[in-house]
Amino acid sequence: MDSSQLFGITMIAYLFSAAFYLGLFIFKTQRIGLIGMLLALTGVIVQTAALGLRWYESYRMGVGHAPLTNMYESLVFFAWCTTLFYLFMEFRFKARVIGAFVMPCAAIAMAYASFSSRIDTQINPLIPALQSNWLIAHVVTCFIGYGAFAVAGGLGLMYLMKLSAVDKKSTDASLCASLPELKVIDDLTHKTIVFGFMWLSAGIITGAIWANEAWGTYWSWDPKETWSIITWFMYASTLHARFTRGWRGRRIAWLAIIGFLAVFFTYFGVNFLLSGLHSYGSN
Amino acid sequence: MTSQKKNPIIALFASVQLALSLLFLLAATSIIGTLIPQNNILNFYIEKYGAKTASLLQILDITDMYNSWWFLGLLAFFSMNLIVCSLERIPQVVRTIRKDGLAVPPEQLEKLPLHKVLTLTASPGETGQRVSSFLSGHGWKARQTEKEGYQLFFAEKGAWTRFGVYVVHCSILIILAGAVVGSSTVANKILHNPYFAFKGSMMIPETDNADHIVAFKSNKRIDLGFTVRCDSFAIEFYSNGMPKTYRSRVTVIDGGKPVLATDIEVNKPLTYKGITFYQSSYQPYQDYVVSLKKQGGTVEKTEVIAPARQADWSEAGVSYGIINRESQGEVTRRIKVWFTDNQGEPSQFWVNVNQEAKVERPSGTYLFQARQLYATGLQVAKDPGVWLVYSGCLLMLVGLFIAFFLSHRKIYVLVRPQEDGSSRILFAGDANKNKVVFSEKFTDLISKLET
Ligand code: HEM
Repeated sequence: MDSSQLFGITMIAYLFSAAFYLGLFIFKTQRIGLIGMLLALTGVIVQTAALGLRWYESYRMGVGHAPLTNMYESLVFFAWCTTLFYLFMEFRFKARVIGAFVMPCAAIAMAYASFSSRIDTQINPLIPALQSNWLIAHVVTCFIGYGAFAVAGGLGLMYLMKLSAVDKKSTDASLCASLPELKVIDDLTHKTIVFGFMWLSAGIITGAIWANEAWGTYWSWDPKETWSIITWFMYASTLHARFTRGWRGRRIAWLAIIGFLAVFFTYFGVNFLLSGLHSYGSN
Repeated sequence: MTSQKKNPIIALFASVQLALSLLFLLAATSIIGTLIPQNNILNFYIEKYGAKTASLLQILDITDMYNSWWFLGLLAFFSMNLIVCSLERIPQVVRTIRKDGLAVPPEQLEKLPLHKVLTLTASPGETGQRVSSFLSGHGWKARQTEKEGYQLFFAEKGAWTRFGVYVVHCSILIILAGAVVGSSTVANKILHNPYFAFKGSMMIPETDNADHIVAFKSNKRIDLGFTVRCDSFAIEFYSNGMPKTYRSRVTVIDGGKPVLATDIEVNKPLTYKGITFYQSSYQPYQDYVVSLKKQGGTVEKTEVIAPARQADWSEAGVSYGIINRESQGEVTRRIKVWFTDNQGEPSQFWVNVNQEAKVERPSGTYLFQARQLYATGLQVAKDPGVWLVYSGCLLMLVGLFIAFFLSHRKIYVLVRPQEDGSSRILFAGDANKNKVVFSEKFTDLISKLET
């Protein structure tokens, strides 16, 4: 058994988990949701083992490093963070149907990592610039933040769906009946953004320290850095709009979605559309 | 509040609406610099966008927008906003914190979102004592007051956490201040002291040394005040051909004496007298560092030679030269060596660079090794503001933690005697944040008193 097989199992578990959570959302059968949760839990346990194994394999190849150093590994880690964060939230806040909005994200990340021709799944040795413990701290902190923002985006989407169902009293009303109360979704969205903001800040800071150790410049306005600060500004605005202007509900839901789009662009768009120091992700 | 008679400029800077607009503007304008390549020469822009657009880009400083007057102006505006806004609110916070919980009229307590009424059979005096020791037993140091017809206890925790927000705001200012202190532009144009903060680079051939750098952008020479010698430079590769390590062995020579010898690698810079040297590039030369040894002998010789030149090692009575080479790009793989001890035919042989060759001669066996000469490219920075930046970053994380996860919690206990001699206790509580968690703790606490 090698780590790539375990990641394959993880991907399948997440795909089915997403399907079952969507099933829960549509058919409202609790048992379907339970299966979805168990699949996500199995997936995350297998993935944890796979991450450990890939780490070990890299040492056996004589190039030992934590599995956090290229696009493939970061996508896998993103899926892991998102699922772990989501499961924590499910246990803490007992709102299982949220999985229908989050697990597809984790499943897509895994599937894309495994199947895209643009992504190299090999374990490669680290070029000198990447040989730094700050790299590990940087990737871990950023991706905990990204995982939280993915969940917040899913919650935002959920809020808007529920809201339009409540407003229209239409046929979707029954579809959305199983979703938590609007107030609850709103509160969870906010808490998730707060959590993500803390980690994104830490991610930007560790990245800056790493850059300073490697190149002697903690901030060089390269496109990836710039987009991360744009994302940070966007979430800072969201938080201030809420704290000081009392924005709630629909507006925050939209901002959660737009914020996640910014995260997505920072993570992917920059690698594929713009050029800069962080281009290691694109090959 | 005095807000009615405020100066309109202060009012503008104190407004959160301005902050939201500025955050949005900063985010939006930052995008421009990620779409339009920065810091290229004019011709690049003319080719890419046409002459008219290119001159417009130049007028608006968009070709170096993060250092442009308008972007820096936006940041300055943002800082002013942050300072004024925070200063204006801090007195309010101080007032909130100073507010005496015991002065709250009892009727208001029942209006707090968290409250609960209990009845104890004990007399109010006993009950009061019990409440007081109960609170302190659970970590709530209560103060109390006795008024007509009631006893009031008040305890609070985390009042200081209300400053968390301002810690975050202050940290942003500290980071920006650090960026200003460390800016070479400020050092040049405002302090007129380029040595105060600079960024530049130096290229030192192996065995050679250098005592100055060339600053980025201005291309000015800046003297270090000491000398750096590159003893050697080496690249190591992984088996698949990817580079594994770039390493310069350097010696710092200060006041004519070597004071420090160390390795510089990527991610392992050297800092000496506030100046930091980073491994950043290298340059292979078409010269070779040859080491020669006679087997059994004690003398050795190391010399830098160019190809197709004869070199002599007179102590050993030998002469040698490099007469042919096989290269890949600028990197030499093999060399052909000519070697003689002036006894019989000279030897000629191919050898890989960095590999030792044994040369059997009538006068003995010689060990010959050659490697290509490199120059190491070091990036050199002096940034006296970086510690401000790092402290600001740390402060920001601490501040965010305080602002988001800690709260100011208050508990009031009102004890009133009842006609039958028992006591009616009103518990009330309030937290400025994370109310759900506090309400659980509150309920939990009361249930403990009940049992
Ligand atoms: C990107 C920069 C900024 C960051 C990261 C930031 C961060 C924060 C944080 C974490 C809070 C705490 C919210 C809470 O838990 O109560 C906060 C609140 C606040 N911020 Fe900022 N801030 C920034 C810029 C600004 C600016 C420029 C202003 C200027 C008007 C401002 C005004 C406020 C106000 C008025 C509050 C509410 C304070 C209160 O609760 O009374 N912020 N900010």
